[in-house]
Amino acid sequence: MTTVAALDSALDSFPKLLVRNATKFGNRPAYREKEFGIWQSWTWAEAREEVEALALGFLDLGMKQGDHVAIAGRNRPYFYWAMLAAQYVGAVPVPVYQDAVAEEMAYVLDHCSAKYAVVEDQEQVDKILDVQDDLPNLKQVLYVDRRGMRKYDHTTLHAYDSVQEAGRVKRDEFQPELDRRYAAATPDDTCVMLYTSGTTGRPKGVVMSSYNMLKTAKNSAEFDKLSERDSILAYLPMAWVGDFIFSMAQACWTGFTVNCPESAETMQHDLREIGPTYFFAPPRFFEGLLTSVMIRMEDAGKIKRRMFHKYLEHAKRVGPDLLDGKPVSFGDKLKYQIGKYLVYGPLLNTLGLSKMRVGYTAGEAIGPEIFEFYRSLGINLKQLYGQTEACVYITQQPDGEVRADTVGVPSPDVEVRISDNGEVFYRSPGVFQSYYKNPESTADTKDSEGWVATGDAGFFEKDSGHLRIIDRAKDVGKMADGSMFAPKYVENKLKFFPNILEAVVFGAGRDECTAFINIDLTAVGNWAERNNIAYASYQELAGHPQVLDTIQKHLEEVNASVAQDEMLFGCQVHRFLVLHKELDADDGELTRTRKVRRKIIEEKFDVLLTGLYDGSDSVFVETEVTYEDGRKGSISATLAIRNAAVQARKILEAA
Amino acid sequence: MNAVETFTTPDGRTIGGPVMEMRNITLRFGGVVAIKDISFDIREGEIRAIIGPNGAGKSSMLNVINGFYHPQEGEVFDHGKKRAPMRPYQIAHQGIARTFQNIALFKGMSTLDNIMTGRLTHMKSGILSHILWKGKAENEEVVNREKVERIIDFLEIQTIRKTPVGRLPYGLQKRVELGRALAAEPKLLLLDEPMAGMNVEEKEDMSRFILDVNDEFGTTIALIEHDMGVVMDIADRVVVMDYGKKIGDGTPDEVRSNQDVIDAYLGVAHD
Repeated sequence: MTTVAALDSALDSFPKLLVRNATKFGNRPAYREKEFGIWQSWTWAEAREEVEALALGFLDLGMKQGDHVAIAGRNRPYFYWAMLAAQYVGAVPVPVYQDAVAEEMAYVLDHCSAKYAVVEDQEQVDKILDVQDDLPNLKQVLYVDRRGMRKYDHTTLHAYDSVQEAGRVKRDEFQPELDRRYAAATPDDTCVMLYTSGTTGRPKGVVMSSYNMLKTAKNSAEFDKLSERDSILAYLPMAWVGDFIFSMAQACWTGFTVNCPESAETMQHDLREIGPTYFFAPPRFFEGLLTSVMIRMEDAGKIKRRMFHKYLEHAKRVGPDLLDGKPVSFGDKLKYQIGKYLVYGPLLNTLGLSKMRVGYTAGEAIGPEIFEFYRSLGINLKQLYGQTEACVYITQQPDGEVRADTVGVPSPDVEVRISDNGEVFYRSPGVFQSYYKNPESTADTKDSEGWVATGDAGFFEKDSGHLRIIDRAKDVGKMADGSMFAPKYVENKLKFFPNILEAVVFGAGRDECTAFINIDLTAVGNWAERNNIAYASYQELAGHPQVLDTIQKHLEEVNASVAQDEMLFGCQVHRFLVLHKELDADDGELTRTRKVRRKIIEEKFDVLLTGLYDGSDSVFVETEVTYEDGRKGSISATLAIRNAAVQARKILEAA
Repeated sequence: MNAVETFTTPDGRTIGGPVMEMRNITLRFGGVVAIKDISFDIREGEIRAIIGPNGAGKSSMLNVINGFYHPQEGEVFDHGKKRAPMRPYQIAHQGIARTFQNIALFKGMSTLDNIMTGRLTHMKSGILSHILWKGKAENEEVVNREKVERIIDFLEIQTIRKTPVGRLPYGLQKRVELGRALAAEPKLLLLDEPMAGMNVEEKEDMSRFILDVNDEFGTTIALIEHDMGVVMDIADRVVVMDYGKKIGDGTPDEVRSNQDVIDAYLGVAHD
């Protein structure tokens, strides 16, 4: 790591970058938020004033260097300022998932002994007041939205703007102290602590230094030539490392504009109004967008529909080559231009992607058709591979070398090696400092030379030098006969069908594989509507024989494709059922980032699993569900179990 | 008229003197007596509920308050002054807004436009100015649009800002209607069964909005509601009507223990 150059000392902390931006790009928009129907905006100079006022207010409240400040709210400029202000006074911001239930939030606040919390509104304040008795360290709580807060006891509660006001009033008193702390910041100071979503076990606090974040921001910004003229839409959870690197580190480093949507529900609309040039979304988002386009095209008029399909066909053929700068005949180029005018342009404009220069997706495998669809329209959508412990970037795809099945080459300054058992290890300037109050886990993950275990199994392709990820190393198991069991591989293939939202494949240590399927209500519901199939509930639709037929067909297609690969031959799904409820993070079945929690599902739906393996053709189940307000209820159903055709080994050998 | 007395509710709000007073109101439709000799008052800053079985005359009472019906007997006092018979639009200008039992929105218009119509009483510029779209009309539109946007924000209906209300589910339409009433910046807000036909979650949302309106804007609210649980939770005082007569009046606790009210709701043999 000593080979990597240090940062310029004038730019080695977030507050220094803020001041630089305020000087250099003073009149350029730094933050925008849609509120009251229009985009409110703040320039870098204005943002600096807001942040400094809050930092002075923090000093007035007695905030010390090293104090932890919990941040809970949806993406709003106020929370980005709160993080900057905390860094200004030498404190450590700890963004937490604002939709976490009270106990989850209490665990994090207690674990980091947060002394301050900056939250959005009454809902978050109530959540904290509920668990206040378990949080003896929590001293002061700030809230942004005053609504409904008038009657609360304000001895330890403060409105965000009144803290800023107090800071402005007492500027003379606290400015020298603020200047001292500003100058005292070093690149090794902790700039943020992020809690991992915790696919297994309790979340862990990942401690990041300013150097980790800013060096990574610098490298990634240079890789994609990001500048102050770019803009992003900040809509991913603030507690996630990605939002911190995009909306904080890269934004401060390059000075680009961070746009905050009006609410989570209006995100799509706001995306269209802003048209970001740099955009990140999980594969799920791109899948959902494509599904909705296809559904809407089904309802369009005949002429439009034919035009859409004809030009999309053409785009599929030449679009990716055009994007990669490969030679394309003049006729094809011309036709593509006409298509751009008639179809691609208007479509991209509707989706809010027309200005997109660089787009990334990561987190899960993306279906090749989905990936190609966007690229053929001229969107430079690329994949990256990363994790919280690396400040996101481990590998990423350079322009012109983009493929659906790889995750690219190592990012700048990142070293990657594959261990003997196939696990991916990396070492980079972004490697985290430690897990907070957890030296054992730190030692397990990061060795003395700074190599970090990803927990993923993968390999480098010989000719392209690109990394391919197979699955979580610990999820790749063995079946009873010793053949390889890679559930994620099969699940991803299943999830590429628009009708299937989620799939969980079982089979470790067993003779054959089985699967739970979640239907996608948007796609299947639309299909039902067009085919005059009446249904009263999700449960009823999920159990409809015709729906089961469709899902069975999908499974058989996947079986055929899985059987192509000799190593994964055993992963064909023999029996399946369609779940009566959507897997949900509130019920603990998914993580907050919507990854399947295999073990919990296995335990919870034990009855169903037994049914899948004992040969019965239906099974009764009663499941507890948690509503959004935390109350619990239960739903019960009798689910049909079906067999899916599998490819026999001898046919394969004959072929 | 008594001297103005104020009191404080258990949750710390100050309730002022009467803003609206009904004295011996009787309303007949031909031979049918809808309301019979009813007197009660609505005090400044309170949430006043009117409850009663079907056909008890609750909606008629609201229609008397907002001037749609004119009672044959009795008087309405507005801030202690006797109110001359007025048309509903004149009453709207006095700062009284309402919602309806059967949603009365412009189905083809967007949520935004519907709530904009609630600003009508605050618009002063003339037709000509609107046609030319110069000066006054334009400025007025900007000012009013901002007020409307604040209401949209308050009611958390940003997602449906541009959606025609006819396409919205019932619960949301009710919320839009509340928005339109709020847009008039009323001093007194009349809500006719704001929670009818809603599920538990929607009722909870609506209750919160009603309490927040009362708390944030200090609006006096009179509401008709069937859901006893809701009424007992949010109302400061309750009037109970049955067959056009007032059978109870007081705090939720007083009303709950009133024998006549229990009879009316649980049913007894009428003589």
